[in-house]
Amino acid sequence: MLDTVVQGLSGLGAGTSYLFTSGGPNVIMLLIAATLLYLGVKKEVEPLLLVPIGFGCMLVNIPLSDLMEPGGLLRILYDMGISNEVFPLLIFVGIGAMIDFGSLLENPKMLLFGAAGQFGIFLTLLLALALGFPALEAVSIAVIGACDGPTAIYVASQYAPQLLAPISVAAYSYMALVPIIQPPIMRALTTPAERVIKMAPIKRSVSQQTKLLFPIVVTLVTGLLAPKGLPLMGTIMLGNFMRECGVVARLTKASENEIANIVTLFLGLAIGGTMEGHAFLKPQTLAIFGMGFIAICTDTIAGVLFGKLVCKLTGGKVNPLIGAAGISAFPMAARVVQAQGQLYDKKNHLLMHAAGVNTGGQIGSVVAAAVMLSVLKGMGLI
Amino acid sequence: MDNAKWTFGLTMMIVGMGGTFLTLWILSLVMDLLKKIFPLAPKAATQDKK
Repeated sequence: MLDTVVQGLSGLGAGTSYLFTSGGPNVIMLLIAATLLYLGVKKEVEPLLLVPIGFGCMLVNIPLSDLMEPGGLLRILYDMGISNEVFPLLIFVGIGAMIDFGSLLENPKMLLFGAAGQFGIFLTLLLALALGFPALEAVSIAVIGACDGPTAIYVASQYAPQLLAPISVAAYSYMALVPIIQPPIMRALTTPAERVIKMAPIKRSVSQQTKLLFPIVVTLVTGLLAPKGLPLMGTIMLGNFMRECGVVARLTKASENEIANIVTLFLGLAIGGTMEGHAFLKPQTLAIFGMGFIAICTDTIAGVLFGKLVCKLTGGKVNPLIGAAGISAFPMAARVVQAQGQLYDKKNHLLMHAAGVNTGGQIGSVVAAAVMLSVLKGMGLI
Repeated sequence: MDNAKWTFGLTMMIVGMGGTFLTLWILSLVMDLLKKIFPLAPKAATQDKK
């Protein structure tokens, strides 16, 4: 009888005992979970993601909780939508339903800024290879430079699932840090005269037919050129088509609200579930965070330099600051450009131009990932 | 970094970046074409000016 009671009591204290004996990494991860929750709740840094990620991280690092073992809650969520890439794609339907591509359609050439803003991806790929990461891991790390959480998760879950946790956390963290990372780079690369360039106001010139056909045409063109990225582009354009066609308002509303919210919760929890201390706390995690930072800085540098080139070519009609918005962090990057422009001239309104570039960056990041996957397929690596 | 990795990295950089620019440039041309085929009706443009 006494033995049974003691055995029962040992079961109660097993978790605590594990924590004090071999649970060092778990303790560190519990502190990281607390930091993520603090950033999400108190600082409101990407709270919709950092709160579930932080809580998932906390759950999985409580010893012997078995939440990521087969049959555990977090494992079920992971298998349900991360390992088969469904969650990021469902989020893309919601993103497509939320975005108005009108400002991009007013000036389609802004799409080229969206290409320049992806340079960080390719430079980071070289860097990751130089640091010794295998090809597919290097590609997955490089996609942090797309500044696009769902794309990073989509690629990493397929080709480097063992790196999914640091890649996704880095991608979302740096997206949230865009207002801190970008302004010093923008100031360093532009002259005071360039920063106060006023751009001509955008005239409304896009018909509803054009807005309706845009998602179909983009899907066809990118699908034909880079078929491996079709799930990404197809879902984002499905959401946008539903928004523009106007006859499925219920589906559009569900995509941008209920579905996006539920999937974001599940996605965040499942990603948090991959942050188990012994697997997460490795030197390569730090390397991934470092490379992610370089990727986003390089995106901004390339975007602003491209802006300077366009400024020269157009005889000073384009403010180079808008180049910084050629990344996927929408609408944050466009707001950063507007804020920087107004810092030097309160009457300078760059928001609409920057929004066009920013939506171009959204498409650009997906196209860059699609092109990379298709090139990998062409090389026979996937 | 060995030769094979350099070759892979540089190929990805040139073809990847080039492919991204090319795809987006084609898309921008198609978008311009769409705007020409389906211009904004004069009525809508006038309403906008008002």
